[in-house]
Parts: sequence; structure tokens; C-alpha cells
Amino acid sequence: MSTALERLGGVYLLPVLLAALAFVAIGSASTWTTLTVAGLAMGMMIFLMASGLSLIFGLMDVLNFGHSAFVSFGAFVAASVLAALSSWVSGGSALLNIVALLAAIGAATAFGAAGGWFFERVIVKPVYRDHLRQILITMGALIVAEQLILAVWGGAPIAVPRPAVLTGSIVIGDVPIEIYRIFAFLLGLAVYVAMYMILNNTRVGLLIRAGVENREMVEALGFRIDRLFIAVFMAGSALAAMGGAMWAGYQGLITPAIGPEMMILVFIVVIIGGLGSIQGSLLGAILVGLVANYVAFLAPKLSLASNMLLMMAILLWRPWGLKPAVRG
Amino acid sequence: MAVASTTDTPVSAATGPRRVPVGRLAVYAVVAIIGFCLAFAPFLFPDVRAQEVAARICVFIVLVASYDLLIGYTGIVSFAHTMFFGLGAYGTAIALKSMGPGFDAILLGGSAGVLAAFVLAVLIGLLSLRVKAIFFAMVTLAAASVMMVLASQLSDFTGGEDGMTYQVPRLFSPAFKLVEDADGKVARLFGVPLNGKIALYYAVFLSSFLLFAAMLRIVASPLGSVLMAIRENEMRAEAIGYRVVAYRTAIFCIAAVIAALAGVLRAVWLKYVGPDVVLSFAIMIDILLMVVIGGMGTIYGAVIGVVVMSLAQFYLKDLMEAGAEATAALPLIPHLLEPDRWLLWLGVLFILLVYFFPAGIAGTLMAKGGKKR
Repeated sequence: MSTALERLGGVYLLPVLLAALAFVAIGSASTWTTLTVAGLAMGMMIFLMASGLSLIFGLMDVLNFGHSAFVSFGAFVAASVLAALSSWVSGGSALLNIVALLAAIGAATAFGAAGGWFFERVIVKPVYRDHLRQILITMGALIVAEQLILAVWGGAPIAVPRPAVLTGSIVIGDVPIEIYRIFAFLLGLAVYVAMYMILNNTRVGLLIRAGVENREMVEALGFRIDRLFIAVFMAGSALAAMGGAMWAGYQGLITPAIGPEMMILVFIVVIIGGLGSIQGSLLGAILVGLVANYVAFLAPKLSLASNMLLMMAILLWRPWGLKPAVRG
Repeated sequence: MAVASTTDTPVSAATGPRRVPVGRLAVYAVVAIIGFCLAFAPFLFPDVRAQEVAARICVFIVLVASYDLLIGYTGIVSFAHTMFFGLGAYGTAIALKSMGPGFDAILLGGSAGVLAAFVLAVLIGLLSLRVKAIFFAMVTLAAASVMMVLASQLSDFTGGEDGMTYQVPRLFSPAFKLVEDADGKVARLFGVPLNGKIALYYAVFLSSFLLFAAMLRIVASPLGSVLMAIRENEMRAEAIGYRVVAYRTAIFCIAAVIAALAGVLRAVWLKYVGPDVVLSFAIMIDILLMVVIGGMGTIYGAVIGVVVMSLAQFYLKDLMEAGAEATAALPLIPHLLEPDRWLLWLGVLFILLVYFFPAGIAGTLMAKGGKKR
């Protein structure tokens, strides 16, 4: 029985099971479709933020509590770029719309990468292999980063203009689906596929996977693992910033609290998925996104605690998360 | 681990002639002075604001010392400490609000809060203390944030974001005459009226003192040694035959209960609870800063850390205000020096401290005397 389940996909069936259960509970096909699309889009955006954190942990054994700072920075940089290009954003030309959007996401991602480089060199490098000090130092860095955001952008909510192309929704059957959600889902999927290809089909990916499994052995074979570290750290931070930029566009209104809010979700995703694997992150992110949307519709009062309950349930069942790459 | 150096001093002191190291003496002296100041705070610093600060220091010493049991002695990083603090405070507050001012309400609500903290600590501990430290930190962070959201959303019980105010027993109100003179007025000692406020301060001070002494006892007991053994080498402790998970869960519960008791004291003193004063993440960061500045793995470090931080919170703001005015013409710099941004500079200070003085003030001082021998 269990092997049959395993062959069908094992824990990857959980989102399907969840969606099926929700379909029975909700009863209306159009509502269910809307919620599912929203959940998938949200899950993909969280995946962008969580995968970097998970990979950094898996490879470098560093848990970066300052990860959410990159989410915030990404959101605010994207908002600033979009505000600066507001004539392009609101204009009728679809091409200019897309250029502005890509510029915003690109700027956020580049900022994330640069910030990641600085963070790795200055903050994290001196405290490798010392978990207690890592937690303390990255926490301190998070405080500083949040205060910097407050100093530069202020504490008031900032409106994020959404490009005209991505506003509105398309109607399939009698179900309206927001275009931005489709865009978010596709972008997340593209990133996942790209990461999967890099990790499984390239030499760098091979080294990263080997490093996750046994860092010393990779070093002993003569590879410069510190260069790999910094590359992964920059990529992870850049992804977090990209996720933040997408989330800013999704919400339409951002405050400096965006980082801490997302950090909790990201942590829950990483814990559910298991540390160090991007498959686990994707699975966890989609579960969290779906549960958040279904529960918000079915039992709004429960929605706040829903993700926590999900985490508790999964930890009771699998203390290491669903698909951990590293144990111990 | 860096904090290890702070704990081997008793051994090195014992090998030489029986002489207490100089650094250790200095720490004791500083702690004794602080204790003296707190014990006579109402008479030494009679103004209202100083009394607020003194009472806050008392409660936070307990809170930070209980956190030190976790982070310093056992090497557990938890971000749920304010959650337990808040549970104690909210339990007391809700009981005082619904049952009216009375000691029965404090007793009932306080015990309910402490019990809730204990149960939650057992659950979290058993669920996640068996895995990696880092995993545990994440789980506690998630739990604490959910509790924060709950407190602000269940506004029927908790007063939401605004929090709630309530009355405390008559013995503790400023209008109560603790000692009357011949005319039936409040008697004065050194010009300080002996009213309910004094009674309340000493209730808080003595309770804090007892809790602090209890923690000193815990650390000196066999349990304390086992905890340090777990911190230094978990595998070895397990191999010797100590059940690491059981010990970790036990100390996590003890720390949670003490934090909840500190929350009760805070609620009774403030006559107000709200997410900002007992539950917010800012308080968790305060605790973290205090324990690292003071010195992890030395209960006395908590005393020093709390006092230094509490004073810095007041004086740093003044200093920054002056700095912001002086640089008003320059771009960005005045924004960075705004008094509201004081946390920025504390964060920088915190990072530097973790790099260069991971043992904190007390730890560094204590190590100093030990090396001379």
C-alpha cells in the first residue's frame, strides 16, 4: 500500500489531496478554482523567497535570519523603480508596461544579489560553523536592515503601481482569474524549472548537490567551495528580493512590516518542506498557499493559526519535514 | 563555542590557591551595587520616572536571566520567550479585569497564565527539541508570531492592539496609606511617602529577587552541570547516560514558567498590558541584546546587561537627538541619527559585540581574573 502511494508521488500528492478535500468542502467549482489559483500564485511567490533560504542552509549550514531583509529590500526597490517609471507603467503601450515591470523585478533581483554578496562577506563569513553566533549575528543584521529601510523609505505604507497589462482578469467559463496571479505562477514555475535544470544538469549544480551532501569531501577533491558558497548565497538573496518584488505588486500596498510578515511564512514553508531541498520548498510553499486561501474562505477566524496548525501536524508526522535533503 | 571560556573559571580557580579571581570579584561587586540601588531605589531616586525604570529593570533581570538559562547554559535559542512573558501578563490582566481588583484574581489569573506557558513549553519542547538547534529557533519564532497575531485579533479577550487597563488591589494603589502618622496622613521616610506605590515596588522587587535567587540555585545544582554538559558536547552527555531531550525540555519549561511569573509582575506593576509592552518582537530583541551584552552563561550577566541596556535606551536617544540636530544640513545622515533610529545603532553594536566580545561584559571580566591565576 505504502509503496504504491510512493510510486504515485508520495508526499507530492498532498496538495492534490488538499485541493480535493477543499473541493468537497467548498462545493462551488468557480469559487474553488479562484481560491486554488490564488493559492498556487501565493505559493509560487513564497517559493521564490523560501528556496534560497533552504538552499543556503543545505549547502552552507547557515540559517540566515536576515533573509527577510532581502524580501523587504526587493519590495521597496521594485516599488521605487515602478514609481520612477510611472508614465511607462500606466501608459497604454503593453511593451513599455512590460519593460517597466522587468526593470523593477530586475533591479530588485540585482539589489538582492549585491546585498547577498555584502551580507555573506561581512556578516556571515566570520561565523561559519557556529550556529549560536550565526543566529545572533543574522538577527542583528536583520534589525539593522529593517531600521535602514525605515530610515530610507519611512514607515508609511507605499502604493505600488501595477502595470496596466497585468491588471484585470480573464474569464474562463464563468471563472474570473486575475492575470497577475497567472503571471506570478508562471514566473515561479520558470524559476523552479531553471533551478531544477541547473541543479541536475550542470557541473555547478552537481557541485552544489555534492556540497549539500558532504561539504568536506567536495573540499577535499580540490573544489573552491567558498566560491560556491558566495554564488549560492547571492542567488538565494536575489530570489528572495525577486519574491519580495512580486509580492509587492500582488499586495499593491507595502509597509516595512512586509519582511517580518513574510519571514514567518517562509520559515513555516522551509520547516514543512525540509531543510535544503528545493522540491521540499516548492511542496511546502504550495501547501501553505493553498491552506491559507482555503481556510480564509471556509473559516476566516481560523486563518491566522492555519499555517501554524499545518506545521504542527506535519512536524508530528515527519519531524524533519516532508522532503529534507539533509538530516541531522 | 565561544561562551565556553566563561564557565571554566571555577575549575581554574580551584587548582590554584583558593582565591577568587579579580574579574569575578569585580562582577560580584557591580551586581551587589546594582542590587543595593534597586533595593533602595524609591529612596535614592524618588521621582516617578526613575521608579518606573527601576521596576522595569527588576522584572527584566528575571526575564533575561531565565532566557540565559536557555541560551547561555543549555545552548537553546528560543524566540518564544516573550510569548511566555505575555501569557503570564495577559492571564493576570484578564483575571484582574473580569474579577475585579483582588489578590484572588492575581493568583488565579497568574496561575492560569503560568500553567498555559508550562503546557505550551512542554508541547513545543517535546515536538521540536529533539531536532537541530536551528530548527527549534524557527519553530519558536513561528509560534511566537502566531501568539502575537492571536493577541491582537482576539480583541474581546485581550483588548487587541490597544491592550487593556485594569485596577490592582487597593494595597498597591498610590492612594493607600501603608503607614499612617498621628494625623492620619501618609507617613514619610526620608521625604518619601510610604504609600501603596512603595508596597507595590517592594512586592515586585522581592519577588524578582526570590526568582533570581532560585535561578542561581538551579544553575549551581546538578541540573545546571548537566545542562552545561549538554551545551558543550551533546553526544557525550547522551553517551554518559543523560537523556538530553528530557533535560532540554525540563529547562525550557522552567525558563518558560519563570518568564510567565515575570509577566505577572509586569502586569501588576504597569496596570496595563498590550502587545507592545509584553508580547512584541521588539521585546524579544531587547532580551537578546541584554543577554548578549551582559554575557551568556553567567546569570549575573543578566543583571549587568539589563542595566546597561536600560540606561542606553535613555541616553542613546538623547545623544542621537543632538547628533541629528548637528548634522541637519547633510542628506540622509540626520535620518540615520533620528532618535527613533536608535535600534539601528544598537543593532550595529550588537553585531560588533557578537564578533569581538561573544562572552559579553560579565563573561569577559570573569575570564580576565581566571587567566592570571
